[in-house]
Amino acid sequence: MGFYVARRTAVGLLMLVALSVLIFVLLRLAPGDPVDAYINPSAPLSLDELAALRERLGLNDPLPLQYFGWAAAAISGDFGYSIQSAGQPVLPLVLSRVGPTVILMASGLAIAIVVGLAAGTLSAVRRNSAMDVGLSVGSFLAISSPPFVTALVGLYVFSVQLRWAPSGGMLTPGVPFSVADLLAHLILPAFLLSLTHGALIMRYMRSSMLEVLNQDYVRTARAKGVREFWVIVKHAARNALLPVVTLIGSSIGMAIGGAIFLESVFNWPGMGLLLVNAVKARDYPVIMCATLIIGAFVIAVNLLTDLVYAAIDPRVKVG
Amino acid sequence: MTDATIPGKAKKPPSRGPMARSIARFTANRAAMAGLFIFVPIIVAVSTYELWWPHAPNDIDLLSINQGPSAAHWLGSDGVGRDVMARLLQGGRVSMIVAVVSVAISLVIGYLVGSLAAFSGKLVDGGLMRFVDLAMTLPPVIFLLVLASIAGTGIWPTIGVISLLSWPVLSRMVRARLLELRERDFVVASRGMGAGMGHLLFRHGLPNSIDILVVYATLQVANAILLEAGLSFLGLGIAPPEASWGNMLNLARSTVVLEQYPWQWMFPGAALVLTVLAINFIGDGLRDAFDPRANQN
Repeated sequence: MGFYVARRTAVGLLMLVALSVLIFVLLRLAPGDPVDAYINPSAPLSLDELAALRERLGLNDPLPLQYFGWAAAAISGDFGYSIQSAGQPVLPLVLSRVGPTVILMASGLAIAIVVGLAAGTLSAVRRNSAMDVGLSVGSFLAISSPPFVTALVGLYVFSVQLRWAPSGGMLTPGVPFSVADLLAHLILPAFLLSLTHGALIMRYMRSSMLEVLNQDYVRTARAKGVREFWVIVKHAARNALLPVVTLIGSSIGMAIGGAIFLESVFNWPGMGLLLVNAVKARDYPVIMCATLIIGAFVIAVNLLTDLVYAAIDPRVKVG
Repeated sequence: MTDATIPGKAKKPPSRGPMARSIARFTANRAAMAGLFIFVPIIVAVSTYELWWPHAPNDIDLLSINQGPSAAHWLGSDGVGRDVMARLLQGGRVSMIVAVVSVAISLVIGYLVGSLAAFSGKLVDGGLMRFVDLAMTLPPVIFLLVLASIAGTGIWPTIGVISLLSWPVLSRMVRARLLELRERDFVVASRGMGAGMGHLLFRHGLPNSIDILVVYATLQVANAILLEAGLSFLGLGIAPPEASWGNMLNLARSTVVLEQYPWQWMFPGAALVLTVLAINFIGDGLRDAFDPRANQN
């Protein structure tokens, strides 16, 4: 097991390095001169000064050399300076946005997992009932609706018409921090984020449960006189959960995509909003740092998913 | 599961070819046919609207600004007096063009990469597949944003970004299918007789992965419509004044439009969901028609 973990971690790190090369090369191919970022608009530089600055920044070096220069600085935490927010160092800027995104994603996924597993199990147990059909139609609709449409509809219904929730931001400005205030702002975007993933988890859980409910060990449990509730929860659901764990792992990565749209509709001060604004302003140092942090996160989550899977499924032997 | 749940399987005479049986299975699938009945009118409407709709998408009528739905403007008008129905139809046309062209490009890239990986040696295969792994590490939307920051806005950059994003999944599926095919006797024989890569790719590979390509292309059109709408919604895809469902939804980022002129964003939102739903039904129907054993739940 220890060897397996070490090998998978090494592969993950390699992927991260390769990812940084890919993004670095892509962004260097982009139009626009990186040196522009260093020019003060009120004090234009002469061509000679520009050439000197380019030389000093290493922009005349061959691409691989530039990459190693960047990577060496990045390892020591220096991702350069943001172009749009007046020369602020990139890393603290990006890290300050990690917290809000994690709060939003964690609560959205928690809702999705709890509701998805419960609805999927119920749907499978009461197969072909009105509730099963209703849940199936609802989940198909939730999967086909993109997050920006559900976000707008949710905002319109719950904030504008019903006035149940504030219409954006993470905290009320000018009011001292309180958990209640945070929760009031969090609940609507988290609920909307959970829709797609809850629906996916539900469909997966439903089909996995249907398969398990036909197994001999479920019949054996029933024959031994175990109460139906415990048959479902202990004997069927636990086994049905195995394939769903992989899906939950990949939903965490995908939820970042949905979070970007929700953050921009709800003005939630997270990574997504930062990244979208950086892309609009072509703020390459911020794009580079933010994508790498997201990439590292996704790689880590995939690794964890495999480990959890190995831990809970007795048939997977590793090491 | 039992045979009874596979529509049209038992009653068809065995003498018909696989294609005819697939078509029979498809037409027996109610969800897929419903998708077709929704999708065909949408396609006809967006491609012919100049002929029957009196307003043009960029005509400004200053006498009817932010008007609700009426007899003259069925879906109302927007903040500079443009007809929402006309913009919806033109937006649909732009979305379809972007989706179809980008899917066509990613089909070519995906097929070529996948089949080259399958028919070439270990080294090429390993290299290509590691690259595919890498391209699939980042969540698609993040990769989309990185590419969009390089390409900029407009129809062609958007097409480029979406096609570059979409091919890796396809190339994996093609590779898996062709790795299996490579060991079949007729392919081994063909190679033994000195068949070149072009012959293997297009004479043997293509006909044997056509079902993968058709199903992928259908589902990917829905995906590409969503990606385009998402990019345009964030202001990174199709830029105004050109209409697209995404940038019409983008109008609702302004609180006034969201609260007071809901027809300006609800109709494009509904059109988007309806179209994607219809294409997904068709795609699922095609997949079941080609491979009745898959996806029985």
